[in-house]
Amino acid sequence: MYTYNDFDENFVRERVAQFRAQVERRLDRSLTEDEFKPLRLMNGLYLQLHAYMLRVAVPYGTLSSKQMRQLAYLAERWDKGYGHFTTRQNIQYNWPKLKDVPDMLDALADVGMHAIQTSGNTIRNVTADHFAGAAADEIEDPRPVAELLRQWSTDHPEFQFLPRKFKIAVTGSPTDRAVTKAHDIGLRMVRNDAGEPGFEVIVGGGLGRTPMIGKVIRAFLPKADLLPYCEAIVSVYNLLGRRDNKYKARIKITVAENGLEKIQNLVETRFEELKREFNGFDQELLFSIEAQFQPPVFRDAPTAAFEAYRAANPAFRSWSDTNLSDHRAEGYAIVSVSIKKHGATPGDATADQMRVLADLAERYGHDELRISHEQNVILPHVHKSDLPAIYEGLREAELATANIGLVSDIIACPGMDYCALATARSIPIAQEIAERFDELKLEHEIGELKIKISGCINACGHHHVGHIGILGLDRAGVENYQITLGGDGTETATVGERAGPGFAADQIVPAIERLIAAYLDIRNDSDETFLQTYRRVGLAPFKAALYPEKEAQNAA
Amino acid sequence: MSRPFTPKVLTANDLIEGDAVWLTADETWSRDMADAELLEDEAVAQERLIFSLTQSDVVVGAYLVDAEASPAGPVPVHFRETFRTRGPSNYAHGKQVGA
Repeated sequence: MYTYNDFDENFVRERVAQFRAQVERRLDRSLTEDEFKPLRLMNGLYLQLHAYMLRVAVPYGTLSSKQMRQLAYLAERWDKGYGHFTTRQNIQYNWPKLKDVPDMLDALADVGMHAIQTSGNTIRNVTADHFAGAAADEIEDPRPVAELLRQWSTDHPEFQFLPRKFKIAVTGSPTDRAVTKAHDIGLRMVRNDAGEPGFEVIVGGGLGRTPMIGKVIRAFLPKADLLPYCEAIVSVYNLLGRRDNKYKARIKITVAENGLEKIQNLVETRFEELKREFNGFDQELLFSIEAQFQPPVFRDAPTAAFEAYRAANPAFRSWSDTNLSDHRAEGYAIVSVSIKKHGATPGDATADQMRVLADLAERYGHDELRISHEQNVILPHVHKSDLPAIYEGLREAELATANIGLVSDIIACPGMDYCALATARSIPIAQEIAERFDELKLEHEIGELKIKISGCINACGHHHVGHIGILGLDRAGVENYQITLGGDGTETATVGERAGPGFAADQIVPAIERLIAAYLDIRNDSDETFLQTYRRVGLAPFKAALYPEKEAQNAA
Repeated sequence: MSRPFTPKVLTANDLIEGDAVWLTADETWSRDMADAELLEDEAVAQERLIFSLTQSDVVVGAYLVDAEASPAGPVPVHFRETFRTRGPSNYAHGKQVGA
């Protein structure tokens, strides 16, 4: 894992000291809110419905146990004992006091973390495949490149006032677990004909009010050209992107309005200029970063204890069926820890739970943890013989829910329970759906199904790429929920299709139930997932299930 | 034609705590909406909004929002404002538990 060098350390400490002085000047009336607001946003501090909110970056989703323990400490010392993991691999604290925030930032700096560029029109936290460095299907660990991008983009003088925020995601696998096609820049590692690793560069993806699937701007970019090429994209966008209309300012609109070809030409021209200026220092830096991401020394040990425990313990068997993924090393597994206990708030972990996760990672998981964009925590390197102990440890902390990828593994944004931008609540809908399907004992039979809920059109809850997406709106002063179907956030990314008129808060769970009953009825067999069925039969039968009265009228 | 004026309260977030506060008739900020001054005259409402510009060392982001009279004092019209008087629905945090 990457450890801060003196430069990183000094930079982050200096920013904390600056912010401490800025807060003091705000409190002693030397700064007005108009002057202070951009300064607090540069340091990840928002003002929400009930309190301030501090958004802390978890670069490329990777944490050590020490860092996770520190997140627990912040939650307990300055918040209400929990933190909220987000769809951009960040953690948010919902209740900090303004005067305490500089101390929180200092505590983060103690473990090599910060909240810089988690807001504002800058390049945000670079996200990565949460299985990076562990996935069986991976070409290379994408995190050294993500760290290089983090260093390049942090305080980059040219890119502090972009037309709008800018998000980059990177994956080292052909299987896209990082939603790269819904980012301003998506980087997907591929090999060229000579077998060399490089990147397919995707540009102009994004969700929000105008959802768009990113377009391939470069089918193969050699790894060594990554920084000058990304800099070329952002610099072309910085000049060409619209500043007259906030809703047309993201690069997806720049690409749509100018056409991919024009952008491509501008980027290639700029790239040729920039490439000459990058005379190898970036590659030296990358090599030194790569040296810090060496895979752990995997052990060669029997897995019989795992098999025996599986045979003897049905709950463990169920958990290991849903929450484990293939690891690149023989005898190892990737553990996805569900932060989605039925009825709990998606992505919320208590300080105690964070400490349990840190302890398990330290003891059994080569000291590594990951935050997934699906708001779960990953233990990426676990030997199978340690799984029974991990499972028991998780179970005691109420972290052993066997639901990864199932109906109750719901992404939900904070919605109007916290967010000042929200138009409706998301969390209670997620809680109710999870509880209902737990009650029905149907989730395992339903199989893979991704429900994603956003509390406003900005789509932090990724509803556009949910197999079932739910968007909460304000319709004449009442919460109303619109359903989209057939969305997909993977390498076969698709924006979901709107099913029809929205549902009242007390009608949305029954509507989801009808949808799923229809799926169970029309799927070919239990191997055909909801998404596959939807792609085979289209919207019509699901629409009929959602709106039975309308169907009856049509038949009459 | 502009819409007829409906009664309002002036609300904001506290500078240090960040929680919701409402302007009272004696120009102080209360954490309880029931203490708020119900502004039934548009000119007075605008005057209070201008007053809030001088309050930047106490509150952040003041705005006028619809409210109704009740025996206990002004109450919200829109659900967003109801949540602001209460706190989140997923935990007993915020004003609903007096914190």
